[in-house]
Amino acid sequence: MEEVATISVQVNGQRITRTVPVRMSLADFLRQELELTGTHVGCEQGICGACTVVVNGRCSRSCLMLAVQVDGGTVETVEGATETGRLKPLQDAFYARAALQCGFCTPGILLTAAEFLDEHSAPSRAQIREALSGNYCRCTGYQAIVDAIETASASWRRPG
Amino acid sequence: MKPSKFRYHRVRSQDELLQLLADNAGDARILAGGQSLIPMMNLRVAAPALLLDINDLQELGQITVEPEVVRIGALVRYRQLEASSVVKSELPLIAAALPHVAHLAIRNRGTLGGSLALADPAAEMPACILALDATLVVASIRGRRRIAAADFFRGPYETALGPDEMLEAVEIPRRPDALYFFDEVARRHGDYAIAGLAGIAPRPRQETGSLRLVYFGVSDRPHLARSALGLLAAGPVSDDRLAAAEAAVIEGLGTVNDGDGQGALRRHLARVLFRRAVRRLTEQSWS
Repeated sequence: MEEVATISVQVNGQRITRTVPVRMSLADFLRQELELTGTHVGCEQGICGACTVVVNGRCSRSCLMLAVQVDGGTVETVEGATETGRLKPLQDAFYARAALQCGFCTPGILLTAAEFLDEHSAPSRAQIREALSGNYCRCTGYQAIVDAIETASASWRRPG
Repeated sequence: MKPSKFRYHRVRSQDELLQLLADNAGDARILAGGQSLIPMMNLRVAAPALLLDINDLQELGQITVEPEVVRIGALVRYRQLEASSVVKSELPLIAAALPHVAHLAIRNRGTLGGSLALADPAAEMPACILALDATLVVASIRGRRRIAAADFFRGPYETALGPDEMLEAVEIPRRPDALYFFDEVARRHGDYAIAGLAGIAPRPRQETGSLRLVYFGVSDRPHLARSALGLLAAGPVSDDRLAAAEAAVIEGLGTVNDGDGQGALRRHLARVLFRRAVRRLTEQSWS
């Protein structure tokens, strides 16, 4: 018997109620139930970082959380963070520097970089690289990504 | 890569958890941060029948300072430890190790208690709490008991925890003035270490006898290099004594993990880390 549960969660500012199998990952819930396919599924074991979303205000691997665990909580995906404009300085810098090729890793990197910039003003390139250590990019060699995040850090508005 | 079927229960109180553990001993797994358990389930290395989600048990998420120890609840996340001024001032060894634990998104959810209860031989935190001679507080419906870190880790992914027991907290002796050392060699920042070493020594350094060096990633559990203690006790550390201590430490490692064919590299790294640690902890340098 597949156990199911009804969950109520705020996703990108919108209250959503769904009944899901308890073994469904948050990543699959976002992609398959809500069609928020900006969250990418790479390794499904927490290594690649492509599925990174913001859960209750913090970056989390959506492949390492069950959908049922976000019942009563909030989730922000790359779609939501784009709509609010929170990622705009990063997205502009990524565009200007061509800091992506296939784009598979980009949503996870944008959300990771946003949380990092919220907490670090004028970070060094070494710090940026360390912050990106949990996000695989197999196209770029990271150089342009580090450049873009460095550029975005200059105009980044830190919260609070 | 999806987990096999399981039942899921979000636990409302610690009493409820203990009862459920007693009723389902062996079939239930506690879900804390899930940063190791969920990938193991996705890979179907683990397939618990019942998942007990403890993320609502806020009483397990506290860091409290007591006269002798810092008590860290089992659900305290790495993120909280990184942000804690108490950890920085009282447990600088833990603070030094935290940046090596996985990555930002993993540290946001992963818990200290989860890492200790999982007992991955290559993990940083078991080695740190063994170096700090911490005590683990374990609870079950039968009551509460305290287990020294030295008795807790029994092998790869094996601990002294019984099937009906939960890890409640770890009590770590406060060491604000101690000299400490932490280093690891990993393929990539945030990966599990090929080999690492956590060490602590009292200040002033005359009492080198109470130097504690703990390897991780090298053998099947965190390894306290006991033979180092006597050889470096009291008096200046000469090159001869250092070489003798190093030889004894490497000999004392016993069987080195060679599952990936890197056993010889681990032995080499164990020497390198030993030299770095002793140099740092004795505040001396030599060539």
